[in-house]
This record gives sequence, structure tokens and C-alpha cells, in this order.
Amino acid sequence: MPNEATWLRVCRLEDLPVAGARVLEIDGLAPIALFRTGSDRVFALRDRCPHKGGPLSQGIVAGEHVACPLHGWQIGLEDGQARAPDIGCTPRYPVRLEAGEVWIAMPAGRVAITPAEQVEA
Amino acid sequence: MNAPVQQPRLVVIGNGMAGIRTVEELLKLAPGMYDITVFGAEPHPNYNRILLSPVLAGEQAFEDIVLNPLSWYQDNGIHLHLGNAIERIDRVRRRVVAVDGTEAPYDRLLIATGSQPFVLPIPGKDLKGVIGYRDIHDTRTMIETARSARHAAVIGGGLLGLEAANGLAVRGMDVTVVHLAGWLLERQLDPVAGGLLEKSLVTRGLRFRLEAQTSALLGNAAGQVTGVRFADGSEIPADLVVMAAGIRPNTRLAEEAGIHCARGIVVNDSLQSFDPRVYAVGECANHRGIAYGLVAPLFEQAKVCANHLAQLGIGIYRGSVASTKLKVTGIDLFSAGEFMGGDGSEEIVLSDPAGGVYKKLVIRDDRLVGACLYGDTADGGWYFKLLKDATPVQSLREQLIFGETALGDAGTAGQDRASAMADGDEVCGCNGVCKGAIVKAITEQGLFTVDEVKQQTKAASSCGSCTGLVEQLLMNCLGSNFQETPKTKAICGCTGLSHGEVRKAVREHRLLSHAQAYAFLEWRTPNGCATCRPALNYYMLSSWPREALDDPQSRFINERAHANIQKDGTFSVIPQMKGGVTNAAELRRIADVADKYAVPMVKVTGGQRIDLLGVRKQDLVDVWRDLGMKSGHAYGKSIRTVKTCVGSEFCRFGTQNSTQMGIELETMLANMWSPHKVKLAVSGCPRNCAESGIKDVGIIAVDSGWEIHVGGNGGIKTEVARFLVKVRSAEEVREHVGAFLQLYREEAYYLDRTVHYIERVGLDYIRAQVVDDAARRQALFERLLYSLEGLQDPWEARIGGARREEYQPLKITPPATAVVES
Repeated sequence: MPNEATWLRVCRLEDLPVAGARVLEIDGLAPIALFRTGSDRVFALRDRCPHKGGPLSQGIVAGEHVACPLHGWQIGLEDGQARAPDIGCTPRYPVRLEAGEVWIAMPAGRVAITPAEQVEA
Repeated sequence: MNAPVQQPRLVVIGNGMAGIRTVEELLKLAPGMYDITVFGAEPHPNYNRILLSPVLAGEQAFEDIVLNPLSWYQDNGIHLHLGNAIERIDRVRRRVVAVDGTEAPYDRLLIATGSQPFVLPIPGKDLKGVIGYRDIHDTRTMIETARSARHAAVIGGGLLGLEAANGLAVRGMDVTVVHLAGWLLERQLDPVAGGLLEKSLVTRGLRFRLEAQTSALLGNAAGQVTGVRFADGSEIPADLVVMAAGIRPNTRLAEEAGIHCARGIVVNDSLQSFDPRVYAVGECANHRGIAYGLVAPLFEQAKVCANHLAQLGIGIYRGSVASTKLKVTGIDLFSAGEFMGGDGSEEIVLSDPAGGVYKKLVIRDDRLVGACLYGDTADGGWYFKLLKDATPVQSLREQLIFGETALGDAGTAGQDRASAMADGDEVCGCNGVCKGAIVKAITEQGLFTVDEVKQQTKAASSCGSCTGLVEQLLMNCLGSNFQETPKTKAICGCTGLSHGEVRKAVREHRLLSHAQAYAFLEWRTPNGCATCRPALNYYMLSSWPREALDDPQSRFINERAHANIQKDGTFSVIPQMKGGVTNAAELRRIADVADKYAVPMVKVTGGQRIDLLGVRKQDLVDVWRDLGMKSGHAYGKSIRTVKTCVGSEFCRFGTQNSTQMGIELETMLANMWSPHKVKLAVSGCPRNCAESGIKDVGIIAVDSGWEIHVGGNGGIKTEVARFLVKVRSAEEVREHVGAFLQLYREEAYYLDRTVHYIERVGLDYIRAQVVDDAARRQALFERLLYSLEGLQDPWEARIGGARREEYQPLKITPPATAVVES
């Protein structure tokens, strides 16, 4: 089953601060920023701003954007895209909320880290 | 998007800058509120009419000056009718009828029909080749004519006329400007500057007929204009005559519909005409007796009108002070206000006719009321600001005429004159944006405000120290059309309220939580943004100490984690070291921590403390525990550090125990949040080794007591602290400093340093509150102590287990099948 995602249970919704984020560490992967919006939607992005690599998990979450703590780029939580006029994109991870629990999808048969990033790590 | 059942209909007559700007502002405030229809008489989308002159002069193409491409109308769901003028307004049935018979019903109507050139009522005015200069069609006619014809006459030596004349001359025509008054631009310049301008234009090949009255335009049998005849009987040849003798508000539609007009459609301070369903903005409107012909006032009107249309009703248009700039490349002139002077006013004049420089400033009652500059207009923006803000100029007076640079201005590396910069020179040092990029963005993308420049180029969007330069660039590119950032600006796009208004509401309505505040103040976003949330958080905490709910998610990461984030995502840890005094035991523990956590760098800070740089977030709490020291608050909008010198205990010059004083102040102010960071210093003598002169509060010991200075700043722009008061005892120092800081905490806007706050309210006001009124001072001081009493050291709290999850990452180990090999 090469393209079937594997869903992993992460935590309970309450473990995430409202309109905030936490870092999620999964063995073998670059850190992930797990967001909870003010309206209890949950998103996951790679914890690295496309601008200068700032940790997005440390930014201020407003609406469905996060402001990078380093230089204030606004990254969309849904699409990982930087808000204009900035240009850039951060990889997303599928997340779902089920009975108060947060799940994240790790696509099987596919590497979540690109080779370049592994070299860097 | 699902429209509400009864979406009200807004019809806009006029597809020009005023009408469309209003629509843009409206879409920002209340997207989707109206079903919008726009009628434009011209077959083009909205373009930047003020850039017609560069198009005429061949410096830009029409495509460059389009402000809203057709896709913009589409994206915003606007029904656009191009090349279809409105024939009449039917107010009874609330609809407009276009020339081609199209009808559009309205609930609100916006008239933005602009103006038309005033055509002299003389024989020959209807001949072929006689045109106005209002739109791209006229411009193209002029460009076309210039290809084949030789002689042009421009009637009117005003801004428009001169720009037309220059453009035609650049295109190779032989141009004569006919002007009724004794000098050019008589409404913008005094006779001396007008003369200099004329001289300069003559060298460019233009001819002038001043004090000349046109009596007729001459034509041939084909009905084509051939010349101009003057009242004295003389004649000049002309294949093209441009009427630029003034404009008339285009009010025909409104007048025929019975709406009150008097040199424009008469509107109130909400831009509403006498029919409350009908609004008017721009050159067709008459506000308090004035029909504005410049873009900046028109944009201000658009803002207010949109606000009213969005049913917010908090905008009031009070009229505009306009400044003028001629858009003729290579000629710099600027004028604003009452540049002619007159009764009760004084003039300061600098005149260097040979050098082509002339400056005149008009002063009345210690305020600048007018300015007229020729040749050197670099300070136009600065003068205009002084004029608009009605700043007292007594203290500047001696240097005033020489410009802002003459006042001395450290910290901007001499780069304070945008016009003198080369295109490749860097304006914004934070984001590496050079002058050329900004100018290009302004001209090509049609930017008008500092905010727009920030958004498009990033310049001035970080530390903000180049904002003045960006303003100058806007001023240089746009002249009168530059829109200065209003003083009472909304905090951000989430609200129309300013900092002052929000704070007042927080105080008067006892707003204690973010949810409550967003609901009560009708925030446009569900939970604010990264700009307004920290501000609101501060206003609630400072207004309602011990009651308001501190929301960590509304704080910048540094204040949330109580450490300073670094570029690689690690943090720096600066323990408290009151007055810069430490001891062997503390230093030993710092060394041990540095070893244990492999801290990459240990550095002495500018605030006389020790910084451990490169600590991982998950180690922060352990590092603090091992240090056994309190937070140095080196990361927040809060009290930072109190620098001291060694003072009378050791120093042979010391007059008081400055070190002890510093320690006492730092103890008193521990854990204090403030609008921005607050730095103090105590020096033991006027040699000032602790650098008290550039601190928010700088204390200088003298033999007879202590001098307190406030509002200094060693940051982006160096500001020397100003003397507040001299007191005798240490107790008095604490009370005065505490009262001053409490006043700042209660009244300054979020992210204003003390220098900005003092600039806004004036040092006299501070003195009245803190120095002259003992009861007020004591009350302020007590409120400060009340706010600070019982606050726990944040590191201590977190060692005790508070907000542990902030520091701990979530961890999961995927089942073996899910781990994928590369």
C-alpha cells in the first residue's frame, strides 16, 4: 500500500494552548509545529519558516495564520503559504481531530524529510 | 459567497480615483456588505490620473498607471459598466439611467464624477484642436498632435498647464504658455519663486505670455484651430490649444436631480449630500466651501465616506491642508499653507537666485503656517508636518530655514535626505531595500501611503527608523498626493479604533479578557492578530492590575517563554544582576551552568549583565533552576536593567552612592510590564559613566542631590534624555521615578518608548503631573506599587511548575511500520 497514510495519535486537544502551538517531535522527522486556533481547528506545519527558518511553533497564532517570531512573516496554517508580499511555503501535514484527540498522518511509502534536509540535520 | 437576503445595492457614478478608492476602503471595512455597481464614462479601468503628465512626457506608458485592472473588479464581484456615462439620477425610484438605457437601482449612491476643464467663453472655443487636459484621451490627443503639428498654446500657467506645456515641449512642440496673472503658479508660489520657475522653464524652451488675456481662438476653413489672439490685438500661431485655466466640479447629474450644489455637490462631514442616500467624493464635492482638486484630500474623503457606508459612523472629515508639488522632472518646487504671508505673520526667507534656490517660511503665533520652496525641496515634507501638526517653532526658529538636517540628527548615518540618495543606496537597513526599489514600487504600483510601501517592499516594516525617509520618497514621487499617516491610526486591520480609543474603552468599560474586549469593541477578526493582541493584552493588564486576565498566547514568544529567541530558535538567558553588581558565588553558578548545558556563548551585555546565549527551550527551566537567580527581564516590554557606575563608595569623583540607588530602583521595579522596554541608569557624577543621558530614566548624582532625566534613548535614533527635576533624597528619587513610569504605563501607547510618549504629550505636561502636583505624584506612585506588589518572579514560577507544557515538546514514536527509510 504505497500511498496510504498512517495516522498517528498525538495528544488530546487540551494539550494544545488555545490560539497557540506546540512542537511535535517524531523520530526521524524534522520538528513539526502543531497549531490550535481560537476556534479549535488543528493544523500541522513543518516548524520552519520559509524565510529564515524561524520556529513557527513559537509565533503568535491569529485567525488561521501564524506570525513567525523572527521577522513576522505571516504563514497560512491551512496551506503553509506566506502571506503577500512575502513568497514562500512550508510543508503541511494532514491532521484530524476525532473525539477530542489529535491525529497526524504520516504518508507511508514516502519520505517526510527531503534528502537535503537530512544532510542539514 | 452567500449574499444576505437583502444585500443593499451601492451604485458608483464615476470610475476614477475618488470613487474607486472609496470602494476599496469600503471593501476593506465591510467586504460583501454591498452589491456594488460602477459606471465609468471612459472605456478604461481606474487609472492614476496624477500620472498623466509622466505619460505625456513619455516617461511612463498608460499600462503603468492603471491602478485597478479589470480582474480587480471581477475578483471583488463589482458590476462594471465601462464607456457608459450616466444620463440621469431618478431619486424617486432610486435608480440611475445610463446613456445606453441601462438602469441600475440603488440603496446608496456615490457620485464621483470629478471635474471638467473650464473652457473660456471666447470665440473659437469649439474649434478642432482645442482640448482640455483631464484624461488619457486628452493625453493621447496631445501626444498624437505633437507628432505632426508644430505650435502649441497652453492657456493657464497653473500646475496642470505647466505640466501639459512641459510634456508637449518634451515631445518637440513649440509651446507658449498664456497666463492671466503676473507670475506662474500664482496660487502655489509667491512672485519670487514664480520668477525662478519661469526662468528655468524658459531655458527648457518654453515661451510665456504673462498678464495676457486671450480674446479669441482663430481657425481655418476646415474648422481647425490655427492661432490665439490676445486682448491687445497680438497673435501667436497654434495648431493645438490646451485649456488649463481651471476646473469646474462636474455636478450636472446632481443638479438635475435636485441635489443641492454650490460650486460642487454640497456634502457634510460624512460626505453625504442633502439626500442622505447620496454621497459625493472627490473633485465634484464641495466640503465646507472647498472643492479639492488634489488627490490626498480626496483619499481622506474616501476613507470617511467608506466608513459611513459601512455603517461604522466613526469617521469625520474635517477638511484637508494641502501641499503642492509640480511634476515636471528636474524642477523642484513645493508650497503649502499660507505661503503669501500677510497680516500678523512673519517671514523667514533664504534667497539665492543665482543658485536657483529660494525658500520662504511664513510664521504666525509661533507656528509655521506656510512654506514656499523652490530649487531645494528636500525639507518640504518636514515643513508640511510642522504646519499640519501646528508644532511650536520657537526652539527651532534659528535653524528652521536650513531644514531638518540642520537640527542635528544622530543615528541615521547622515542619510536623512532621500532626494540626495542614489537609487542603489539602502533606505531600509533591516530588510535591505534600496531607494530605487521603493521609488519603483511607488510609481509602478501606484502606492500612496507608508503602509502600502511597507506592505509591498517591506521597507520600514521592521524597526521603523527609515519611516521618515520613506515618507520623503513618497513626498518626492507624489508631491501633494502623498498621504501622510494619520495621527490617530487604527491599531491594525482588526479594528477601526486607535490605541487611545481602545485603552479608554478598556478603562471605562472594565474590559478584563480578550474575548470580552473583542466582543465589546466589535473586533472584525475572531481573535485579533499579532499586532493588536499584545497591545490589547497590555492595556488590560496595565488598566486592571490583579484583575485582568494575562493571555500568554497574546504575548510575543520572548514574554511567553521569559527568554529571548535567537535566529536559530534557541534562547538567551540573562539573569538579574541588580545595578550590575554580582559576586563570586553567582559567577561560579553561571560558569557551571554554561558547562553543564554546553552554552555556546557567554557574553557581557550592554546593560551590565551576563548573557548565556544558545540555550534550548526545553532546557530553560532547568537552567534557571541551576542558576538560582531571578529573571533579568531582558526579553520583554518591561523593566530591563538599571546600569550604574561605582559611585561614591569607590570612585574619587563620585558624589552619591549611585550603585545602591540603582539596586534600590531595580528592586522596586522588578516584574514591571510597560508599553515598551524601560531602561534606567544611575551615574554618580555628571561625568555620567553609566550613560544616564540616553536612558528612559537617567539619574545623575550631584553633590546636593539627584537630577532626574527622562525620555533618553540609545536605540534606533539616539535621543538625549531631558531634565525633569532635581531632588534631594533617595526616597524622592524613587517616588518621582515611580510616578513618571506609572504615568508612562497608564498613558503611552503600546510600543511607544518614553521618548515617543513625551513627544506626544509634552514635557510640560509630565512636569505638571509628576513634579508640580505632589498629590498626583503620590497617587501615581501608589498605583505603581499596587500593580507590582505580589508579582512573582516568572522564572521562579516556572521552576515551581507553572506553564510546563510551554517548554516541553510533544513526542511520539511511530510504530515500526510507519517509519520510513529514506
